[in-house]
Amino acid sequence: MNTTKDAPGRDEIDEIEALLPWHAAGTLSRRDSQRVDDALAGDPELARRYALVREELGETIRLNETLGAPSARAMEKLFAQIDAEPKRRATPSLNLGARVSEFFAGLTPRKLAWSASAAAVVLVVQAGVIANLVLIEPQQAQFKTASAPPSAPPATTLTAPQGTKLRGVDTVETAPAAAPGVGAFTLIRFAPQATVDDVNRFLENHQLSIVAGPAPGGLYRVRVADTALGKDELASRLKELQADKTVEFIAPTQ
Amino acid sequence: MQTTSDEVLIARIADGDRLAMQVLFARHHVRVYRFVLRLVRNEATAEDLISEVFLDVWRQAGKFEGRSAVSTWMLSIARFKALSVLRRRTDDELDDEAAEQIEDQADDPETALAKKDKGEVLRQCLTSLSAEHREVIDLVYYHEKSVEEVAEITGIPEATVKTRMFYARKKLSELLKEQGIDRGWP
Repeated sequence: MNTTKDAPGRDEIDEIEALLPWHAAGTLSRRDSQRVDDALAGDPELARRYALVREELGETIRLNETLGAPSARAMEKLFAQIDAEPKRRATPSLNLGARVSEFFAGLTPRKLAWSASAAAVVLVVQAGVIANLVLIEPQQAQFKTASAPPSAPPATTLTAPQGTKLRGVDTVETAPAAAPGVGAFTLIRFAPQATVDDVNRFLENHQLSIVAGPAPGGLYRVRVADTALGKDELASRLKELQADKTVEFIAPTQ
Repeated sequence: MQTTSDEVLIARIADGDRLAMQVLFARHHVRVYRFVLRLVRNEATAEDLISEVFLDVWRQAGKFEGRSAVSTWMLSIARFKALSVLRRRTDDELDDEAAEQIEDQADDPETALAKKDKGEVLRQCLTSLSAEHREVIDLVYYHEKSVEEVAEITGIPEATVKTRMFYARKKLSELLKEQGIDRGWP
């Protein structure tokens, strides 16, 4: 019977332990994820069990990836059946969310950028008019300002901050002189709580570059060395990388 | 690159857009196939089933309310169809399958370890789990479904999902132990 003073702590650990598989898969809420991280930091035995979970995760992915894919027969059969179905009338009353999404999905990034800029300009102009009405006009009624600053920084200079791109994602050529496909590679999924800065720092510190991704499952293909590494050398390199909190899952790849 | 969301594709499919169906199929059919294959363990059956799953998606798209992810909805359909097939299987087929599993475990622990590395043994043990345990492990680890989504797909309460996952992992550890790998847990 769990009526000892220690029981709540034990229950809490059990509850946390039950969440480990989802933590490893990156499907926990931010709050639960933090709870698990806190528990892992203070409990070496739990951390050891978490390593087992990560091992299972990696092998489950590997196992599923070896299952292959269905032949073209499945698709042919499906579309033959669809063609045999009676024609349906369009139903314009589908859920609003999807319609709104579709509208935005229909805009190209360039159109979206122009729309956003135009909206920003409208907002600034509107703010200016309001400010003029509220502040300047009453002031003009009282006195004239002869020393207003001649220039203020334009309000529509919003640009993406430098360094918000993942290192190597769109600058593969910055990888030190390695030809595509040459070197040692790994698949990495970053921890959900890792920021872009964390990831960039991690890549920088370990001299890594992302060569592809993200693939389904949020996996990135990362070059860990410019030349092929031996099995033991690669395993030790991966172990070193795995110790970083930024990494949630790591596995060798071709 | 911009991609159309699954929800948008479903809305188009509800309008009879065949191209949207092709896109959705291309995006998800491999994962649905693998999910089904792990349950029914027969490639031809799994192929037939995915055609049926996506035909249901074509027919039911207008009823999709967007309360869950499209992939979760499709896996629910796939699971239902796979379990129907499993129920229809004759006893002979099930006996054959049981015999295959016994053969899988025929090696003594030392031989098994000598032949394979730890990862390979782990993968073999993953295939030896019961359908129920394979399913929950695949949904969590491979299909990246949350507790809530697994509950929705399998039709069991969230607390049971966690318990089932725990017992699936426990069984996995036992199988590994039988193969000479003691993980010190549970």
